[in-house]
Amino acid sequence: MPTAASVRAILEQVTDPEIPVLTIADIGILRDVAVDAEGRVTVTITPTYSGCPAMEVIAADVRTVLADAGYDATVATVFNPPWTTAWMSDEAKRKLAGFGIAPPGSAIDVVAEVLCPNCASSATRVIAEFSSTACKRMLVCTSCGEPFDQFKEI
Amino acid sequence: MNTLTTATPLGTYLVRLADDNVVLGQRLGEYISHAPELEEDLAIANTGLDHIGIARHLYTLAGSVEGDGRTEDDFAMMRSERAFSNALLVEQPNTDFGYLTARQFFFDAYQVPLWRRLASSSNDELAGIAGKGLKEATYHLRRSSSWIVRLGDGTSESHARVQGSVDRLWRFTAELCTSDDVERQLADEGIIALSSDLRADWERTVDAVLEEATLTRPADTFQAGTGRFGIHTEHLGHLLAEMQWMQRSHPGLTW
Repeated sequence: MPTAASVRAILEQVTDPEIPVLTIADIGILRDVAVDAEGRVTVTITPTYSGCPAMEVIAADVRTVLADAGYDATVATVFNPPWTTAWMSDEAKRKLAGFGIAPPGSAIDVVAEVLCPNCASSATRVIAEFSSTACKRMLVCTSCGEPFDQFKEI
Repeated sequence: MNTLTTATPLGTYLVRLADDNVVLGQRLGEYISHAPELEEDLAIANTGLDHIGIARHLYTLAGSVEGDGRTEDDFAMMRSERAFSNALLVEQPNTDFGYLTARQFFFDAYQVPLWRRLASSSNDELAGIAGKGLKEATYHLRRSSSWIVRLGDGTSESHARVQGSVDRLWRFTAELCTSDDVERQLADEGIIALSSDLRADWERTVDAVLEEATLTRPADTFQAGTGRFGIHTEHLGHLLAEMQWMQRSHPGLTW
């Protein structure tokens, strides 16, 4: 019989396909795990961005790892409250920086210093508000010359 | 399927918003690889993806409100031109980057206050979609505003082109902030905010950015505004033909 804790432990295997160092719990996509009296599991996730193509992969990965564990699971999607980078743990931010992606700032309308994940210089500038995915912007470090992504605060 | 196919006021309203976003998303998709810089191609693709994502969620909610089992694909792929209720602005075809940017800017200046107000809708699902839309549209507006300024306050060539785009698109802008009986009924029930109440916010944003861009606000003149009722410019049919071809030829196709 699954428990919410055993399901969450299994879901530690599910990472964001674009950012494989982060689990869906780290990033705040995993909103809820419920197990009913018959042992059926409902995993609730929320999209980071409305059009994020990773969501379908994530939902499929959740179903796969739980099916492999012998659990009867469904995946539900919620929109409210809308996802925010504020749900990202400090640990997740450290993992992001280690992966070469600068972590998000505090709020959408606060312009904050962005440190280069390569050399930690604060001499960085934004090249574009969108990058390889909608959730990132593109910057360049003027100290070491490294172009890099930053996870955008939303 | 060739008529406006929603039975409920909320379903009608949601499909309008979704149609705006799917049509604009498709237009942006058409332009990928034509932008002046690779970074802008990425930005256009990501902005289009945001619009299509919002449309998918709104169509799905419309299907559940209508209660007739229709899916997002039924709404997007199986309705004809006269059943689409997008505003005329978003269907205007891509010409140059300045035109595309002006179209985006006028739309972003409308969507930011729209989502801000709908985020407190009494419909919890709509409020959630709008809350997410607000965050995304804030980035869209930031980018399109900065490009309007860069092009307007740029070279004489970029200034002339973007001014011409602003002038040509102006007649499609009033429709965005216009309300009808469908909206008034929903607003009375506390579900939505009237589009006409967004007008002041829209004008404030547009006036400030045009001024910074050294562009001239066009004189208020004839305004075309029939998209919400399925009467479109000639361009929408061509867009839908390309967008819907696969599903029309092979209904129910998946991959």
